[in-house]
Amino acid sequence: MISFLVKRFLWMIVTLWVVFTVSFFLMRAVPGGPFDSERNLPPEIEANMMRRYHLDDPLWKQYWRQLSNTVRGDLGDCFRRDLPVDRYIREGLPVSAALGLLALVFSMVLGITAGIVSAVYRGSVSDLTLRSVATVGIALPNFVIAGLAIIWFVFLFPVFPAAGWGSVRQLILPAFCLGAPYAAYVARIMRTSMLDVLSQDYIRTARAKGLTQRQVVLRHALPGALLPIMSFLGPATAGILTGSLVVERIFYIPGLGSHFVQAALDRDYTLAMGLVLLYTVLLYTMNVLVDISYALLDPRIELE
Amino acid sequence: MPGSEHHHSNASDVRTLTKGVSLWQDAWRKLRCNRVAMFSMWILVAICGLALLTPLLPLDPPDRDRTHLQYEPPQLTPLFRPTFSLDVKAIQKTSAIVAARGDSQTLEQRQQAKDVLQKPYRAAGFPDLGPLSRWMVGARYWLFGHWSLGPVAGRDLLGRDIFSRLFWGARVSLIVGLVATLVSLLIGVTWGAVAGYCGGFIDDLMMRIVDILYSIPFIFVVIFIITILGQRDIKMTLELVGIDRITIFFLVVGAIYWLTMARVVRGQVISLKHEPFIEAARALGVSRPAIIFRHILPNLISIVIVYLTLTIPRVMLFEAFLSFLGLGVEPPDVSWGLLANEGIKVINPVRIYWWLIVFPSVALGITLFSLNFLGDGLRDALDPKMETK
Repeated sequence: MISFLVKRFLWMIVTLWVVFTVSFFLMRAVPGGPFDSERNLPPEIEANMMRRYHLDDPLWKQYWRQLSNTVRGDLGDCFRRDLPVDRYIREGLPVSAALGLLALVFSMVLGITAGIVSAVYRGSVSDLTLRSVATVGIALPNFVIAGLAIIWFVFLFPVFPAAGWGSVRQLILPAFCLGAPYAAYVARIMRTSMLDVLSQDYIRTARAKGLTQRQVVLRHALPGALLPIMSFLGPATAGILTGSLVVERIFYIPGLGSHFVQAALDRDYTLAMGLVLLYTVLLYTMNVLVDISYALLDPRIELE
Repeated sequence: MPGSEHHHSNASDVRTLTKGVSLWQDAWRKLRCNRVAMFSMWILVAICGLALLTPLLPLDPPDRDRTHLQYEPPQLTPLFRPTFSLDVKAIQKTSAIVAARGDSQTLEQRQQAKDVLQKPYRAAGFPDLGPLSRWMVGARYWLFGHWSLGPVAGRDLLGRDIFSRLFWGARVSLIVGLVATLVSLLIGVTWGAVAGYCGGFIDDLMMRIVDILYSIPFIFVVIFIITILGQRDIKMTLELVGIDRITIFFLVVGAIYWLTMARVVRGQVISLKHEPFIEAARALGVSRPAIIFRHILPNLISIVIVYLTLTIPRVMLFEAFLSFLGLGVEPPDVSWGLLANEGIKVINPVRIYWWLIVFPSVALGITLFSLNFLGDGLRDALDPKMETK
């Protein structure tokens, strides 16, 4: 277990280094600095600014400086606004985390329930309906879902506020839009794996013992059927992080996603890179957690 | 597609391909029993056909703005209106001019020739058209004259016909989905097959690379690449070389979506590798590349087809996602993602222009819906293990 964690940690460092290097050189390969599109500055001021941000050093020196700073945990200042990147992360992360976690919980609960119902009543009307709804959920981009949800719940039946951040009521609609596609995926995976498990011999044994349907499904079949869901948690987290770019922009939520899009559009090098690194750490940690939980749920799987 | 295998039924083919044909025939038979999948397949055929023939249909040109008709709601009467016009004389003249010039050498000359050629079509309200589309527009003018369909799906901010934009958007969305998926398929299958077949050190290395790439949040990197390449001066340079944003999109998406394919193919290849027929080929002295490409790859087709129908919708969604952030297809081209985005932008509490959101969403929804159902149906039909259940 410990060696597994150490190994994964080392791979995370390698991955982070790759991401750092690639995005560093990508950003610097572009002609024109971050101050390019602004009005023409006197050359002295421009030189000063270049010196302030060490843009006049040779490339390898810039690379080395930024790498060592990043290793020490100092992500530097934003180019566009005179604030440290850490501050954006400190302010944005709790917001995005709350939104993302709620979306994740929502998609799991809804998806697992729908998947079980769909598998147990295979071929029935409710199965077909749930599968169709799930396919629609997968098929529609979350900004379309968000648009329809806003028309419905904000304008036609004013239940929720349209945008903003602060209260729980403002959180529900974005979390729904963010989680809906993943609820659909989870429902599909759950249905398939539940059908798989239900055709196993030990389920037949359990039924032969005279257990009720409820006991068979919830006590005997469910734990085994949850395994594929666990492995979907990794991609789901990635997807929810991605989806937050769009959803946070639609609902004007001051999270990491909207900062990232803005940073990319403004070509704010340091902020964008800091956020990409943060996203990598989040994703990697989630995948490690998924692997560990996999081993815990299924004793046959060993962590190597 | 299983359908294309159907005509293999003459006697000699059956004798030589007994096993292969029976697998496909079996799959086709199973697929035909799956009514939802068949229905989806016909819908897709219809959508692709209509998208292909769009320039031939009597629709308002997609970029023809009529600002005085801004946000006109959908209306069915009168169904056809004599609003279309095409300057045929100018077209004949321009093709003569272009032909007289001969081959243009420099990039600027080529750009100029293109402008001359496209001018009459741009004036009518079309985006830049290829030769086939130009011919179809001409044929449409000859067939239907000035008649074109009224705003059955309403009009947008600039008074452009939504119904026509949906059709033209279908062309872009479908092509983007298809080509980008094929790129990813090519990389993924080759990578996975080589890694799985070679095994050992090479396999370890190749899969480690896939692992590293997997843990990179690629979409963020892609957004980054596209914004950088979208910078004005870089864009101009790229466009002169003939790389526009859609091409960049193909490459970038191809580069992301091959990872899963590589893993799936590798797993399949490893299990195939120990089958007796591969051992036999090896014993006969067949070379490594020949074994991979002649004996292993054909056995992967079923997985690849299933994966294809499931990846296309994901790619189309991704294109819509990028278009929403303003990083996807650019005007005057349209795609469904762009249309949906335009719809979302004009949501406001005073008036709801529902047709701007609903129609693009429905088009995108139906297509992705059908692709997903067809993919599921194909997976069930092509999986021999399902027989036992």
